[in-house]
Order: sequence, then structure tokens, then C-alpha cells
Amino acid sequence: MTTLHAFLFGIYPYIALAVFFVGSLVRFDRDQYTWKSDSSQLLRHRELRWGSNLFHFGVLVVFFGHLIGFLMPEPIVDALMTPTEHALLAMVAGGVAGACAIAGLTLLIHRRLADPRIHANTRPWDVAVLAILWVQLALGLWTIYFSSADLGGPMFSRLVEYVQGIVIFRGGNAELLVGVPWVYQAHIALGLTIFLIFPFTRLAHIWSGFATVAYLVRPAQIVRTRGRNPRGGFPTSAGG
Amino acid sequence: MSHFLDRLTFFTQERERFAGGHGETRKEDRKWEEGYRLRWQHDKIVRSTHGVNCTGGCSWKIYVKGGIVTWETQQTDYPRTRPGMPNHEPRGCSRGASYSWYLYSANRLKYPMVRGRLARLWREARRTLAPVEAWASIVEDPAKAREYKSIRGRGGFVRVSWDEAVELVAAANVYTIRKYGPDRVCGFSPIPAMSMVSFAAGTRYLALIGGTILSFYDWYCDLPPSSPQTWGEQTDVPESADWYNSKFIIAWGSNVPQTRTPDAHFLVEARYNGTRIVAITPDYSEVAKFGDLWLHPKQGTDAALGMAMGHVILKEFHVARTVPYFDDYARRYTDLPLLVRLVKQGERYVPERYLRASDLAGGLGQANSPEWKTVGLDEASGAPVAPQGSIGYRWGPQVEADLGKWNLEQKDGASGREVRLALSLIERRDEVLPVAFPYFGGQPGQAGGEVLVRRVPAKRLATAAGEVYVATVFDLLCANYGVDRGLGDGCAKSYDEDVPYTPKWQEAITGVKAEQAIWVAREFASTAEKTRGRSQIIIGAGLNHWYHQDMNYRAVINLAMLCGTVGISGGGWAHYVGQEKLRPQTGWQVLAFATDWVRPPRHMNGTSFFYAHSDQWRYEKLGARELLSPLADPARYGGSIIDFNVRAERMGWLPSAPQLAANPLEVAKDAARAGMDPKDYVARGLREGTLKLACEDPDNPVNFPRNLFVWRSNLLGSSGKGHEYFLRHLMGAQHSVLGADLGESGGTKPEEVAWRDPAPEGKLDLLTVLDFRMSTTCLYGDVVLPTATWYEKNDLNTTDMHPFIHPLSAAVDPAWEAKSDWEIYKAIARRFSALAQGQLGVEKDVVLQPILHDTPAEIAQPLDVADWKRGECELVPGRTAPNIVVVERDYPNTFKRFTALGPLLKTLGNGGKGITWSMQEAVEGLAALNGLVADEGPTQGLPKIETDTDAAETILYLAPETNGAIAVKAWDALSRQTGRAHRHLAEAREDERIRYRDIQAQPRKIITSPTWSGIESEQVSYTAGYTNVHELIPWRTLTGRQQFYLDHRWMRDFGEALCVYRPPIDTRSVAAVRTRPPNGNAEIVLAFITPHQKWGIHSTYTDNLIMLTLSRGGPIVWISEVDARRAGIEDNDWIELYNANGALTARAVVSQRVHEGMCLMYHAQEKIVNLPGSEVTGKRGGIHNSVTRTVLKPTHMIGGYAQLSYGLNYYGTVGSNRDEFVIVRKMAKVDWMDEPLAQERRTTP
Repeated sequence: MTTLHAFLFGIYPYIALAVFFVGSLVRFDRDQYTWKSDSSQLLRHRELRWGSNLFHFGVLVVFFGHLIGFLMPEPIVDALMTPTEHALLAMVAGGVAGACAIAGLTLLIHRRLADPRIHANTRPWDVAVLAILWVQLALGLWTIYFSSADLGGPMFSRLVEYVQGIVIFRGGNAELLVGVPWVYQAHIALGLTIFLIFPFTRLAHIWSGFATVAYLVRPAQIVRTRGRNPRGGFPTSAGG
Repeated sequence: MSHFLDRLTFFTQERERFAGGHGETRKEDRKWEEGYRLRWQHDKIVRSTHGVNCTGGCSWKIYVKGGIVTWETQQTDYPRTRPGMPNHEPRGCSRGASYSWYLYSANRLKYPMVRGRLARLWREARRTLAPVEAWASIVEDPAKAREYKSIRGRGGFVRVSWDEAVELVAAANVYTIRKYGPDRVCGFSPIPAMSMVSFAAGTRYLALIGGTILSFYDWYCDLPPSSPQTWGEQTDVPESADWYNSKFIIAWGSNVPQTRTPDAHFLVEARYNGTRIVAITPDYSEVAKFGDLWLHPKQGTDAALGMAMGHVILKEFHVARTVPYFDDYARRYTDLPLLVRLVKQGERYVPERYLRASDLAGGLGQANSPEWKTVGLDEASGAPVAPQGSIGYRWGPQVEADLGKWNLEQKDGASGREVRLALSLIERRDEVLPVAFPYFGGQPGQAGGEVLVRRVPAKRLATAAGEVYVATVFDLLCANYGVDRGLGDGCAKSYDEDVPYTPKWQEAITGVKAEQAIWVAREFASTAEKTRGRSQIIIGAGLNHWYHQDMNYRAVINLAMLCGTVGISGGGWAHYVGQEKLRPQTGWQVLAFATDWVRPPRHMNGTSFFYAHSDQWRYEKLGARELLSPLADPARYGGSIIDFNVRAERMGWLPSAPQLAANPLEVAKDAARAGMDPKDYVARGLREGTLKLACEDPDNPVNFPRNLFVWRSNLLGSSGKGHEYFLRHLMGAQHSVLGADLGESGGTKPEEVAWRDPAPEGKLDLLTVLDFRMSTTCLYGDVVLPTATWYEKNDLNTTDMHPFIHPLSAAVDPAWEAKSDWEIYKAIARRFSALAQGQLGVEKDVVLQPILHDTPAEIAQPLDVADWKRGECELVPGRTAPNIVVVERDYPNTFKRFTALGPLLKTLGNGGKGITWSMQEAVEGLAALNGLVADEGPTQGLPKIETDTDAAETILYLAPETNGAIAVKAWDALSRQTGRAHRHLAEAREDERIRYRDIQAQPRKIITSPTWSGIESEQVSYTAGYTNVHELIPWRTLTGRQQFYLDHRWMRDFGEALCVYRPPIDTRSVAAVRTRPPNGNAEIVLAFITPHQKWGIHSTYTDNLIMLTLSRGGPIVWISEVDARRAGIEDNDWIELYNANGALTARAVVSQRVHEGMCLMYHAQEKIVNLPGSEVTGKRGGIHNSVTRTVLKPTHMIGGYAQLSYGLNYYGTVGSNRDEFVIVRKMAKVDWMDEPLAQERRTTP
């Protein structure tokens, strides 16, 4: 295990996640007017309907697939399906969703670079984020080739163990990835990088996207009182 | 404490549900609301306004935040009106509220720029040559000149430094003055009232160097010549608050809510107050919603409706019965009781000129100017008398004898006896004569007219030249209107007869039902009868922009006068067409025309200038004889339209520019060499033909206007009628003229003007444009200089719609490298002075000046017309020809003179409208205020005028309207002429001096001065003619009264001595292009009407994105549903409009609003916004003026004859544009022409 490997898979995850959490928080607190998706829909809606919808559908499935697939405790998974079934599910569902996402993203990249009006309103970060996501999706799809040879075998378990190891701060976690094909390693390293850049880019809107779920259960009308009443309770019409 | 942490109180938050759980009360963080508070927080508010050619003159709050202008809102602190009247505010409109967009828009001009090819040529030449020689090396080389001129309008600007730009302009000016003469340097800027200092900056520079200052009001066709004709007054109108005092308002061809938005509330309030309103517009315009009745005459036929209404009023209120108020008013204040000679022509008689005191034995005892004193019959004695107030009591060699008699007291001037003039001779007639009147309404659009013979009561008078018949104007008027008086002629017995000018007769012409015309006329008059004149007519461009606008207007003015409404608060005639009121005019003119240093300035009427120099005369298809009265002798009126202008110039009627076909500095030197007074030298030269007027050869290179400054204006994008001719001949740029000139088409060429082939292209060597945005005019400029916006400079603003003076103030410094107009012209003057060293010294300049209105010279040419060139009279400068004045110019000290108040005010005083007053104390006061020039030189010790605020203070301190002491002096000066005390009008405010800081604090009501005919008072609102009626100050006309009759020879011969209906002229623009290749779509011909912008800032700015977003974001033309169907056009289709003058492209707005047979295109839709190529021309589509051409009217050229004398923006030819027709068709292919520039057109400096 080289130092680089130890850094990338042992230390880097915590740097990336720390920046992700602290960065998001600081940006939310300091720079609320920058907290937005930077949509270019007003400039041109052409290509956006297919590109954006395909991409968001795919990437949400992939995101939740990773979240559940890797972080669900083993006993529960075992109770539901065999490792082979688990791997097959991941490959098929992830493959289809990933294909949707990368197709959508390709459209979005084309739109951003080819449409003069959009291009004129593009900053380098916008292109960088799209490029990184595209490479990440490509790497993810590529792993299917290796996973199909393994099918719920030892490598798949090691990857699950590795991801869970990050969350539970297990020592020597990086060693689990020694010998894993480079595609997986690259996919993980780049994935961590996405967390790293998250607070500095339009990706911040993902937080808000999830927060919108709360609207489903929110009352239709919210009244916010003016200031706090020191005696507790709400001011009434009688002045209480 | 933190946005995030505050959200972590989810479980501790108290919540209370209500409305069955649909609502919830929370105590959560509300810090996000700060965002909204910050949005509207600002660092300061500065008072400014919009210096556009709009009459709003609204005071605005300009908000500044972090050094940036963020937005503007309406000021609400105007001084109140009086109890019982609504206040002025709020004033302002959505257009004004969107202005701050310009400051930081992409279209803002940020740096000085020069046309790339010119910059390259200039830099190459400057490597080896001094500036003036460098300029000479470029413009004297035809290939080089062609190189940069031909690319005008097609981009290619490069950024240059201020030093370089100013040096180029100054060098061009010095070169042009030395080589061709100072009058070849010209400047155009409109409407000084909107930003007086900025206007004055350019004209002060031009006046000092002897350049030509062009008029604009007439060129815009906003000047109604009917106003000077009737009243001797450029235009004076009621303030909008006075609408509230009216009881019956006709809004005629004026779209008040759209074009007078800040004033429109008074119209609403008047309605609430019970005022009845009638709207008259051909289209369903927004003003129609104010109307209790909406009449929609066919476009261009308003005079017919007006004449029919006049017929009803004359018949019912003057003939069938006498309304004492109307009768008294007519005798005192109008020319109706005055006598007109009837001369025999064949079997019948024709009305000739007014009878004058000089015609009668002993001149009726009048020694002074008897030929300028008109005559009426004293009702009691039956004897002819010359009542006081006519112009002969105002001027003349022995005017001392008449001092105090120039007033409207009803007195015989000789005996001082009270008289009552007979209105009609019908009771005391000697005979009833058949009198012939011209009539043009029979064959619409056709040349010539018919003759109507009416029977008119006449009286025989013994004159020096034998017996003559005379009739009163009233009797002639009745006959002309076809009112039956039981004299057995062909006049209509009832309104149902189709005889000119009955209500029935107009029905076929206008499409307005006879009973509606009768109802409106009757209500108008009976309201005036009951209220003693409180019936008012608001009138606008819908009537004024026609070729025969004066007929439209006089038909309406006649209604106002017949009902005694003029000069009465709530009554009169309210012309709202680009009529700004430069309230402190007499103080301002000192600064603007540098009359503190040199007099006179070179003024020029814009319309004739542009007609000649954009060579529109070469395409003239209207013959003067088509306009003549059938009663005139056509042999006297040969030639093309421009010939009449040339005759007018040489007879001293109209100004010229350039003036002589030689450099006036050289002429002065030649005179010195010949040992002659330059005046005699020039007169001899003209007489003998050795010296020619430039107007006789406008295509000769020595007579080109070489340099043109355009500032505060969008000349080429907005007001330039005959746009494509401008491009072709003046600019030498790509153009789309589709018709042939008279040489190519074999038409009749002018008699007085040299014809040159080929026609010149690119007469202008240098077009310098000052603007804050890249306008259509800037596109064609050679040097474009970035000016301060209206929120970045200090200036003054007034309007006639309210009585206040208020400022433009610099809320922020000019952005990027922009400078105020004042600073730019200072910079040019400074460099010019430096470059003049060794090229130009102290020079004598021979200036020609036409005979001016409101000067003693205006009685130069009595009784008849005489042309010295035809040998009809001697050439006498200032009498039968232009006056010739020698002016000394100190070129190297131009800058010093620019920035100091010169000595002439102290020695010659100041004045206006025919009176002068001393300025000693005012100059001393201003010296104390502005400080004295300390630098050595010719200006040492004179009051400083360095900054724009100094300039503003100068205007305010020198004007009677803002300096009470001067106002009192001015009234006293007038009292000497009228013999009546007027100082009470200003005395209460004698100690008041309105200063620049005062008006920054709050708009200030101006002080009453004799410059204007209304008063500022706590009792009445401002209205025109008020002092004429109430102070008995005569109107500044021949008769001293309001005139129904205009007796000048040309007025009679062109058939307009009395008002008649004249249909639109035939410009023949459509016939000339019938052969263009078809594009497969149907073609229809429509009348082309260009009303006021709705989505641009007044008539000038149509590139504001906020405004464009409200419409279709680009050029549009409105057409009717019927015509759209006929041409297969659907709403929003791209269509093309073209005729001999050019072509334009736009989207169609198909609307019920529009009358069938016409289309509407709001003017000044910019070439730079969303304009595709034209299929007809293969070039970029044009603007609204691409399909128009200026056509001059000879009667507007009359001069040297009382009120028909020249004054800048007062009288002269007008640039009418509504008589055009266009071919309209849907475009087959829309070509945006957005491919990259071809290699050969690229340029690198």
C-alpha cells in the first residue's frame, strides 16, 4: 500500500466530507444569495427538457442506490436478498439509471457549449462540474464490466465494507481497496472529490432539492410572528 | 445567530395551527426579510429629471446606492396649486421610470470613439503633419475621404483618447473655417428647455466661432405656422392644470394619456369636475377613452370637420343671433371688424390686402408707418379709423409719436377717441359684390382648385388711388364658410345641403356623421357662451404633421376665436406637439448664442437646410402650381419648390446656410482690399452677380456644410425625414433610395438652383455626435463622444405643462470616460483655440441675417412682394434683402470667451420679443455670485462661467422669469410701448432671485414676464393670450389682433388668406416604384402615419430593454384587420413597407384600433434593435423616415412682413411627413444579415 493509496482512501475521505459539511454550512450561513441552482432555463429551454430530466432522474436513482446499497446494515440486506441478487440489482438498476444520467448530461454539456447564449453566460466552474460528473458517471458504468465478473463475490463485499468503514471511522480502512481494479479506485476518489467541491459550486442546490420534500407535509399557509415573546406563547389580540 | 443553527430549533419551536390545520403560526427566523429591506435601502436621493424632448418636465428622485444609480421614483414636492384645484403631482411615466437602465446598459457609450478607417488615416497623417494639415491631407484626397465616408453606418468604431478625439474635431473646425468659412460648421440640437446648459454648451461654441445653429421645432414639424400666422407667437399654450378650469374640451389628434402621461390626470380630474370631453382621432387611440364622444374622421381630413363646425358656430352664434360676449370679443381682440380691399378680377371681385391708413386721404392723420396701420369702420360715425394696436403703432421711423398707443384699447389712434368697430357691413353696405374664393375640396389629392363665388356686402371708400370696395373680414369669413346671409348666392340654406363647408358636405370627406359635427360645434360654442370662453381644444401631432397642417390648425383656431376662448383661463387652443417652453429664454439666449460677445448669431431654419443639403429637392415631385389658388397668376410662380426657398432667402425672408458662395472671412478681406464697407461690398456683389448666395448652388463643394455637430438628438434615427437621402447625399453612406432624381426621370429642374451631375455624395466631412448611448445617429458618426446622462450633470429644465423650473443634478459622476456636454464643448473650444494660433487670428466675418420678427425691421416689406433680382426693387440690405452685418471673431481666444460673460450685456443690454432692458446691475450681481476671471487676457475681470452650475446660475440670474428685478424692468420696458402699467404682474416678486440650489431643494414657480403671454398667479392657471386679453397688450401681428385673415401676397395666391379645406398632397412616392420585383405576396397601398412612441422614451429613445419588453421588442407597424386580410398578413408577420424614398421592415400588429387604408408606425424605432434586411433593397431595413421625404410649403417661407417674419424656431418651413403612402407586403424571407463582415470591409487602425 503506497502512501498515496493510504492518503486517498484513508485520509482524503475525511477531508472531503469535512469540507463538504463545513463548507455547505458556511456558505449557507454567509452567502445565502449564492445558494441556487444557477438555472439557465430563462435563457433557453431547448434541450433542457430531455437533458435535465434524464440526468436528474438517473442521478437521483444512482444516488439513492449508492446510499442504500452501501450503507444499509448487512443483516438487513442479507435478510432481503442474496449477495448475487444484491449485485445484480445494483448493476441493472444502476446501469439503466447511470445510462439515463450520462445521456442527459451529454445533452446538457452540448447545450452549454454549443448554444451561444448559454455559452456566454457560462463560468469555468459550470463546465468543470459537468465534466467531472460525466467522467464519474462513465467510470461508474465501466465498473459494471468488473462487477459482472464478480457478481456479489468478495470484491463487492470489500467495497461495501470499505464504504461503511468510512462512516464508522474504522482504522486501516484503505487497505480494503488494495488490489481492487483501478476503475473502482478512480470512481471512489473522484466521488470523494465531488463532495470536496460541492460547497463551492452550484451543486449546493442538492441540499435544497432534498429540503423541498418538506413542502409535502407543510401547512399551506405559514404565519411568522414578529420577534420572540419573552413570556412564551403567542401574542394575542388582547396583547398577551 | 446563524441561518443554519436557527433552523435547529425544530423541536423547541412553538407552533400553532389554525384554519383546520391549513395554516400555522411560527416563531422562526425572519432574517431573510432583510434582503427586501436592503433592496430598497440607498445612500442618497438626488433631484434630477429627463432631458429628453418630452414636455413632461417631471421632477424625479434619483436613488444612489454604493456609488451606483439604482432606480428613480417621482418627486411629490411640487409647490401646491390653489384651493379648489388638484395638485400637479404625481408627474412621471413608465418611460421615465425606466431611464436608469441606460446608465449601465451595454448600449451606453463609455469612451470616445472614432470611425476605424478615419482613425487609421488620421494617425498616419499625424505622424508627419500638424493637426490642421493632417485633416486637410485626408479630406482633400478624394480616395481617402471616400474610404471613411462610404463605410458610415456600418460599424467599425475604435476607442480613442479624449485628447485625440478632441484634437481631430478641433482641427477639422479650424480647417473648415479657414478654407470654406465658419458657416460651414453647423450644429443641430433640439429643445433647449429640456437641458438648457447642455444645449447652450454647443451653441455657445458655434456662436463664438461663427458656426450655423440649426432650428429644430419647425424641422420636427412640431411648429404650427398657424400660430405665428394668427398670433405672431411661436406657440404659447395653457399649462395642463388649466384643463381643469375648462368646461368643454375637444382633444383633437392628441393622444393625451400616451404622449402627455404626467398631465393626463388633470383630464381625468376635469371629467370628475363635470367637464365634457370629445376625442377626435382617426384611430381608436387611448385618448378616446376620455371622450363622452369619439369622432374618427379619415386621416388628414380634419380641416373639413373643423370648417363644418365653424360653419355651424358662425351661423348659429354670429349670424342667426348675436351672442354679446362673442360679438364683443370679436370686435376687440380679432381682425374680424377690419377692412379688406376687394379688387376686380374679370366679372368678380377677389379679397386683396387689408386696407391701410396710407390708402386713405391724409393717412388718417398717421405720420408713423401709415402703411402698417389697418383700418376699421367706427360704428357710430361710419368713418374709417385706424384703431390702436396694429404694428404701425409699434415700429416705424417716427415711433416716438406713437409711444403708448400700441395697445388694444378700443381707440382711434389719431384722435384717441373711444370707438366701436363695425363687425359687419351688411346693414351699412353700399353694394353686394360677387366675391371669388378658392376651393380645393372638390377633387381629393388633385392639383389646383375651383372657384366659389359668394355675395359679400361691401362699402365704397375714397382712397388716394381712387375709389375702392372694402369688406370686413367677418363678412368675408361668413362667405368663405358658406354661411347664408340672405344675399342670394349659392350658400347653404340648411346643414343638409352638400355645399362647402356644411356638416353634410364634410360627411363625404371625413366619414363623420353630420349630426355629430353639429352637436360638437353647438356644445362647444354654447358652453363658451355660458362660461365666457371656457371651452378648450387640445390639439396634437395628428393634425400638425400634415403638409396642410396650417389649414387643419386654422380651422380649429377659428373655432376657439369665434367663441372668445383664447386668453381665457380654461379656454383657448392647447397645441401639445414638441412645444417646450424655455421659460428663462432671454437669460438663456445670452449664454447660448454668446450675445455677450458677438451679435448676431448665425441661425438657420433646419427644414430648408436639410432639404437642400440632403438633396431632397433633386427628387421633388410636387409642383408649386399644384398648390396655387385658381385665382392667382401662375406665371408669377414658376419653378420647383426649392426655387421659392431661394427667392425667400434672397429677399431676406428666410436665413441661409451657408450664406455666401464664398468664405465670409475672405469676403471681409476682399472688401477691405477694395476699400469698401463690407455691407456695401456684399450688396454690390449680389446686385452685380459677382457674389452669389450659396443657396443657388447647394451641390457645389464650396457650399457643402462640412462639419456637423449633433448633440442631445437622434437626428438620423428620429427626426431626419428623407432618411435615405440623408444617407446618400449628406453622409455618402449605403442608402436605399428607390426613386430617380429629376435628372434621371426628366422632370422639371429648378430655375434658380444650379443642377450638377453627378449628385454629390458625402457632403459632410465630419459628423461629430455627442450621446450617452449608441443611437442610430451615432452609427453614422465619425467621432462619437460619450456624454453624461441626465443623472450625471447639472442643468435646468422647464416645460409649458407646468409653471416650475427645476434642475437636472449629478447624482453620480459621469460613468466610464463620459463628460457633460458643457465639459466636452469646453474641451473642444480649448483645443480649437490652441490650433487656431497661426491659422486664424482676429477675423472679420460677414454675416447675413434675415428680417427678424419682433424687430423694427419686420415692417420692411409693406403691401406687396418685390424681388430685387427680378428688378422689381432695389437691393437694400435689411429691407429688400438679408441684412449684412460684420462681426469680429477672436479665434485664439474662443475658449476664454466661452468661459466668461462678455461685455456686450453692459453696453447693449438684453431683451426679447421686441423690448430691451439694461443689464448693468444683473451683470454685477452675477459677478459677485460666480466670481471674476483672474487669468490675464481679454476676459480678465469678467464674471466666470466655468462649470455647468456657473452656466445654470448665469441663465437664472439674467432671466426675468427667475430674477424678479429684471422681470419688473422688462414689464416697464413694455409699458413704454403700450402706455399701460404692467409692473404689477411681477412687482410682488421683485426681490426674488431663484438660484440653482433653490430649485434643487424644490421646483420653483417662475416669475411672470413679458416674454410670455400668460401669467403666474394665485388667481388663474397659466394660459396663452391672457395678457393680451386682460392687459390689452396687442398680439404681435400686423393688426395687433388675432388674425383670421392673412393678406400677404403669397398667402392669397396660394389660396390660404382665409382658412380652407385642403386634402393631403400627392407625393407620388408610390407610383415611382411600381416596377419592383414581386415576392409572391399581395401588395397593398396604405397611408403612412407616424405617431408618437408608446414604448420608447418620447420620440427619441426606443432601445430601452425594459420598454421593449413591454411590446414586441423591435420595429412594429400597426395595420387594420381589413387591410391585413387583403394582403394575407397575420399578426406578428414580418412585413415590408416601401416607396420611392426607401424601404423599411417591421413586424405587423394587426389591430381593430387602426382605420382601414392607413398604417401606423411609431417613430424613432432604432436601427440597432432587431432589424432584418429588406427584400426590396437587399440592404438592412430602414427606419420610419426611410419612406418619407421632406416637402416644403412656400407660404412658410414668407418673411419681412410683420408676424410673417423669421425667428429661430418661430417661423419657417416645416418638415411634414404624413402625406406619404407606402406599399405594404408580407416578407417571403427574413434575412438577418448576421454573417461576419466581409474581408474588404474590415479595418484596423
